[in-house]
Amino acid sequence: MTVLFKKTRGLTDAPFTYCPGCTHGIIHRLVAECLDELGLLDEAIAIASVGCSVMSYEFFNCDAIQAAHGRAPAVATGVKRTHPNKTVFTYQGDGDLASIGTGEIVQAAHRGENITVIFVNNAIYGMTGGQMAPTTLPNQITTTSPYGRNVATQGEPIRMSELLATVPGSAYIERVTVIDPASVRKAKKAIKHAFEVQRDHQGFSMIEVLSTCNIGWGLSPIEALGFIKNRMIPYYPLGVFKDKGALK
Amino acid sequence: MSKQLMKGNEAIAQAAINAGCEAFFGYPITPQNEIGEYMAKYLAKYNGVFIQAESELAAINMVYGAAAAGARAMTSSSSPGIALKQEGISYMAGAELPGLIVSVSRGGPGLGGILPAQSDYNQATRGGGNGDYHVIVLAPNGVQEAADMMRQGFELAERYRNPVMVLADGIIGQMMEPVEMNVRPLAKTDKPWASDGNSGIRPRNVVNSLFLNPQDLENHNIHLKAKYDAIEQNEVMAEVSQCEDAEVVLIAYGTPSRIVKSAIGQLRAEGVRVGLIRPKTLWPFPHEIIKANTQKCKFILTCELSMGQMVYDVRLAVGNQVPVYFYGRTGGMIFEPSEIVGAVKKQLAGETQ
Repeated sequence: MTVLFKKTRGLTDAPFTYCPGCTHGIIHRLVAECLDELGLLDEAIAIASVGCSVMSYEFFNCDAIQAAHGRAPAVATGVKRTHPNKTVFTYQGDGDLASIGTGEIVQAAHRGENITVIFVNNAIYGMTGGQMAPTTLPNQITTTSPYGRNVATQGEPIRMSELLATVPGSAYIERVTVIDPASVRKAKKAIKHAFEVQRDHQGFSMIEVLSTCNIGWGLSPIEALGFIKNRMIPYYPLGVFKDKGALK
Repeated sequence: MSKQLMKGNEAIAQAAINAGCEAFFGYPITPQNEIGEYMAKYLAKYNGVFIQAESELAAINMVYGAAAAGARAMTSSSSPGIALKQEGISYMAGAELPGLIVSVSRGGPGLGGILPAQSDYNQATRGGGNGDYHVIVLAPNGVQEAADMMRQGFELAERYRNPVMVLADGIIGQMMEPVEMNVRPLAKTDKPWASDGNSGIRPRNVVNSLFLNPQDLENHNIHLKAKYDAIEQNEVMAEVSQCEDAEVVLIAYGTPSRIVKSAIGQLRAEGVRVGLIRPKTLWPFPHEIIKANTQKCKFILTCELSMGQMVYDVRLAVGNQVPVYFYGRTGGMIFEPSEIVGAVKKQLAGETQ
């Protein structure tokens, strides 16, 4: 009998703690598959952040370190500078990376840290119950923007990929999503390339993944996929924002 | 090796390099800038890592990462910067990571000033981080001891898998003194728990301070408490001098203890029997040593460059056994031996009335 499909060894057997319908699980799997396929899994060090993915150190089947809220890029810096030839990646949400951790992510990119950042953007604080994030869309209702995000007082959503692409130290920045088989395949290609960039010592790489929070958004899982397609992608366009290697 | 004249901050940095420090992460703040500058210049020559971080928050989290990955790592800062590091210190304590934090303290609160003070005793010994945890705090009285305590600090940090702070007042940071360096590198500690990217050849490691199951978290805290109890049992250090016949015992730490020593010399010359207890570890605090050496004295005078912080630990140590008084200057003002002499005489007159 031929095995056509099996669980990747890049993930442990621990059951995910994510809500049904959330696409964190798909992103975890893609990261794990890429590490395994590139032969980097056994020498990888995952940096978990704070948010829904706080327990990701339980899921990635490699060495792992849990970091304080927003500080994963600083922790990753300490690890990578200690072991420059190991594969070091952070897995951060948008509250973690785009709000409390803006200093750390910008400066890690600025130093050109040779790490890979998996940035899961679901436009909301999921873990704490659905509060507004810097990435929450205009007029989007959350528990702390109950009348919809008012851009006059709460600002317009921040686009981290575009921002980090302007930082001279960043090497590879791409935004992807995981709402259908085609986009999942594209996301995997991007994540794999980011790890290749790190492997080849090209510098800072970040893949932003537009991800669902159907519970926080108050939508069904199917509707949540539609929210990404119809609401998020128009504001957060997919694509490559920086590819230093391609410039050569 | 012969003695050389060194500025305290530079001696601290060189002692760390001698002890085998592999990584330094810092952020500029007066009066400790020479530590980072020295590391920038010399640590790379020993194949070490130097990063000027974007903030104290980032610096301590880089220490957290490097320590988690198995490196002998440190940071240094001063009062407001140490305040920012408290988050990372709590995480290091929770995840049981060894690491060294040098605090060259200045006056506060707020931005305070840049001149020497000891108003960060509570910050060092109680911390501002969350949770039930302790940091081992070493308090040198000069450049030589600061250098020695860097080495000792790394040793203790790795033996107990716990953050260690060397609390040097700004005087130590800025003054020059002859110092003899121990140049033998510290032995590498085996760190089988480190997340150093070797899950291919052993079970994977996780460095973590999160325990969502309350029973697991309580058990973790019980485990930490047992460690802290062992530290209190084994690692208390204090200098006791001239206390055998003392009618007055002065208690001081750091550089001010040397001013107090001068005062004791003057008082002894005048026939006043005065002794000194100098805590070298502020946590664990030498409660028993203080209690045992103050049983026959009339009173204790605690002298600090603060409005009175360590004095509460002294009172805890002796209870109602003996009165405990306080003399302090702060804000960058430093007491003269004559002030201490005056304070002792005034109190002695009051006690004998």
